[in-house]
Amino acid sequence: MHESIIREPLVTGKPDLRRITDDVLAPVLNKPSKAWWIGFSIAFTFFMVWIISIAYTFWVGIGTWGLNKTVGWAWDITNFVWWVGIGHAGTLISAILLLFRQNWRNSINRSAEAMTIFAVICAATYIFAHMGRPWLFYWALPLPNQFGSLWVNFNSPLVWDVFAISTYFSVSLLFWYIGLIPDIATVRDRTEGLRKKIYSAMSFGWTGSARSWIRFESVSLILAGVSTPLVLSVHTIVSMDFATSIVPGWHTTIFPPYFVAGAIFSGFAMVQTLLIVARVVLKLENYITIKHIELMNIIILVTGSIVGVAYLTELFIAWYSGVEYEQYAFLNRVTGPYWWAYWIMMTCNVITPQLFWFKKLRTSTVVTFILSIFVNIGMWFERFVIIVTSLHRDYLPSSWVMYTNTWTEVGIFVGSIGLFFTLFLLFIQFLPSVAMAEVKLLLKGSSEEAKKKVIKKMIEQGKSVEGVVIATTATLKKGEKDAN
Amino acid sequence: MQTKQFTIGLFDDEDVLKSGIKSLQAAGNKIYDVYTPYPVHGLENLISIPRSRLPIVAFCFGCLGFSLAMLMMWYMNIYDWPMDVGGKPNHIPMVTFVPILFEVTVLLASFGMGFTFFAVNKLIPGSTPRIMDERATDDRFVVAIETTGTTSNDISTLFQKSGAVEVKVVEKEADKF
Repeated sequence: MHESIIREPLVTGKPDLRRITDDVLAPVLNKPSKAWWIGFSIAFTFFMVWIISIAYTFWVGIGTWGLNKTVGWAWDITNFVWWVGIGHAGTLISAILLLFRQNWRNSINRSAEAMTIFAVICAATYIFAHMGRPWLFYWALPLPNQFGSLWVNFNSPLVWDVFAISTYFSVSLLFWYIGLIPDIATVRDRTEGLRKKIYSAMSFGWTGSARSWIRFESVSLILAGVSTPLVLSVHTIVSMDFATSIVPGWHTTIFPPYFVAGAIFSGFAMVQTLLIVARVVLKLENYITIKHIELMNIIILVTGSIVGVAYLTELFIAWYSGVEYEQYAFLNRVTGPYWWAYWIMMTCNVITPQLFWFKKLRTSTVVTFILSIFVNIGMWFERFVIIVTSLHRDYLPSSWVMYTNTWTEVGIFVGSIGLFFTLFLLFIQFLPSVAMAEVKLLLKGSSEEAKKKVIKKMIEQGKSVEGVVIATTATLKKGEKDAN
Repeated sequence: MQTKQFTIGLFDDEDVLKSGIKSLQAAGNKIYDVYTPYPVHGLENLISIPRSRLPIVAFCFGCLGFSLAMLMMWYMNIYDWPMDVGGKPNHIPMVTFVPILFEVTVLLASFGMGFTFFAVNKLIPGSTPRIMDERATDDRFVVAIETTGTTSNDISTLFQKSGAVEVKVVEKEADKF
């Protein structure tokens, strides 16, 4: 594949095709490392906290949460929206960046898609948990029932949400698994005995024949094409759960684009949090390079700024509309009893990501890691602010209350993070965490090795290589291993 | 089980592979199939594989999804249990039907195409594939040509001339895809 020589290489070091397989499959083919066991035990412990908290909730009821008749949604929906939002980055990387032919997505798409699936699983747990009587969840489905012919109301955003989330989950799963098939076949051809049998069954009998690759690429492209509007629709519909109500602070037309931008923003932050650790622990620095981290930071900067503009627009429109309920809702957010939540949100989402304007900071893994945690926190508070501060004081002052969470809600939240990391750690141990086939595709045109060869040729032919040399050595200057 | 003999040439570079295929074809050989660790662009023209029709399949399933969603919502909210919203006439509320029409369209298009993809490639969980060489999923580009005992020697030398790093003669099942 031809690529301009002045683009920075996407694969550094000196890997050949076999090295890529060796490097990516090292965790899969070997026994789990000590670091993995430590991580897994911590994640699993938190997962147990989740089991206990959710079991207690199901046993006793959602009276175990801090909800009351004014604040009927709080941590549950905050966490739901937070997790769904996190999932969006995976689809953005796998679908939208594929359509835009952004080849740097090739080495991060697998883990980001896995993150999407696990995040949506976590989000789905809240849908069931907040029902109070989760065994009646099928009431949300359009099924024939014992109440005559009473069906679900298709005019309701909550019903749209059921369709959106379940479609999103199943299509993401399909996209992820089809992408995994060639790589699972690689694992199959490298293992023996029982493991070979398992991976063989999971690879569906993939051989890598030319015809199947043509179809594979065709399917990937179409799936990317349909997933792109899908991912935008999902958070749009989530935002409509709020925007179609009449609660001041929720009843806002800006919500769909604002939620989508926020979702991508928080999703990329979570990708950074995961990959900055994973690339070092799994020794994948040659594939997930500083360039990748920088590009993701630029997306965080752009979407973070969109979110910032949305916050300010909300404030302006509240004032400009002249609606006193709307005005009070926002005044209450900024200066009311939950002011601290609002200002955590503002700091973490609007102010600190602006540091990524500096190249030095956005190419530093330590800074990126810290700021990505900030964004995760900020985006959680964004949903908390929208949900709780809008509900706790609306039209009827006699119903104004405060909301305080209980230990059960905290347990379910930190527990769901445990569930997420348990699944993610199992994934990186048993499945190829980088899409090998797609990285191999880049080797010929976009790797450092290939670019150096071109430069050598150019020098031999007496062509000017000034700008070119700077671009290809840029990654080396940032502390990467020198190939020579 | 019937078996066939194949002579396979293993290449280690996609450009050598493409020129190798050209020289094999120039000598009048029919390429049985090529197995690669990643999609090699341009290969489809060399061994004349037609464009995939899976996008058309996706479109048809999408249309099916759209129609089914429309039918479902019309039946449930208009016909069987008319939804009275503020006493307004019971027309099809197109705007509020859009999200679900879209979601079901995407769902059926994706899964219809996905399962068609599995079916046409004979990708079935647990099926035992006919693997020409295990390194085809790793770092070798494998070209297979159907041979008989007498022709395999000629093909082997031709493979070596055209840049194959390794040549093998293998017996594999005949009736597999």
